[in-house]
Amino acid sequence: MDFVHYALGRWVHIGAGVMWIGLLYYFNFVNAAAAKAATADGTAAGISRHVMPRALLFFRWAAVITWVAGALLLGTRLPDAFLFLSKAYVPIGVGAWLGTIMLFNVWVLIWPNQQKVLGMKSADDEAKIKARRTAFLASRINTLLSIPTLFFMSASGGLFRAAYFSF
Amino acid sequence: MKNPLDSLWGTVVSGLVLTVILYLLVRSVMGG
Repeated sequence: MDFVHYALGRWVHIGAGVMWIGLLYYFNFVNAAAAKAATADGTAAGISRHVMPRALLFFRWAAVITWVAGALLLGTRLPDAFLFLSKAYVPIGVGAWLGTIMLFNVWVLIWPNQQKVLGMKSADDEAKIKARRTAFLASRINTLLSIPTLFFMSASGGLFRAAYFSF
Repeated sequence: MKNPLDSLWGTVVSGLVLTVILYLLVRSVMGG
């Protein structure tokens, strides 16, 4: 049972996290500039119609799988992490809080606003401009938060925690 | 003042700064 819980659980957590953060970096490092250039030469429709809906599908569900797998990994120690009840769980607690904020941003700020931007939900031009800005800023905040999140995920266990925190 | 989130590299630098701040905070909480 420990094998399923810890070995497979960690594998799924990391794999889904790679897909989530990989697509987040794709949106921020590649697509934002590509969409701007494509709008300028009139070829943005292909990205909006064929790339973004698929990328957002994997992005938002990978976020859920990452969070759920992380919560299952913590198991009964979940309160220790989220409430910082035990010293050993403080680093992963910070990572868990950052990941939770990022999941909230995906489902509450990015996805509903991207639906308006991509025309999957009806919105007038003014609402689309506002939605684009909100989704953009939430996506950038997640990129910012991903940096400490990845740090605390890597620095939270065994030898790695000892190296960083002498504990 | 310009919003650092409008620049990709401003976002990355802000993320690195936040990492250092949180690291020092957590290290002090853990008594390291």
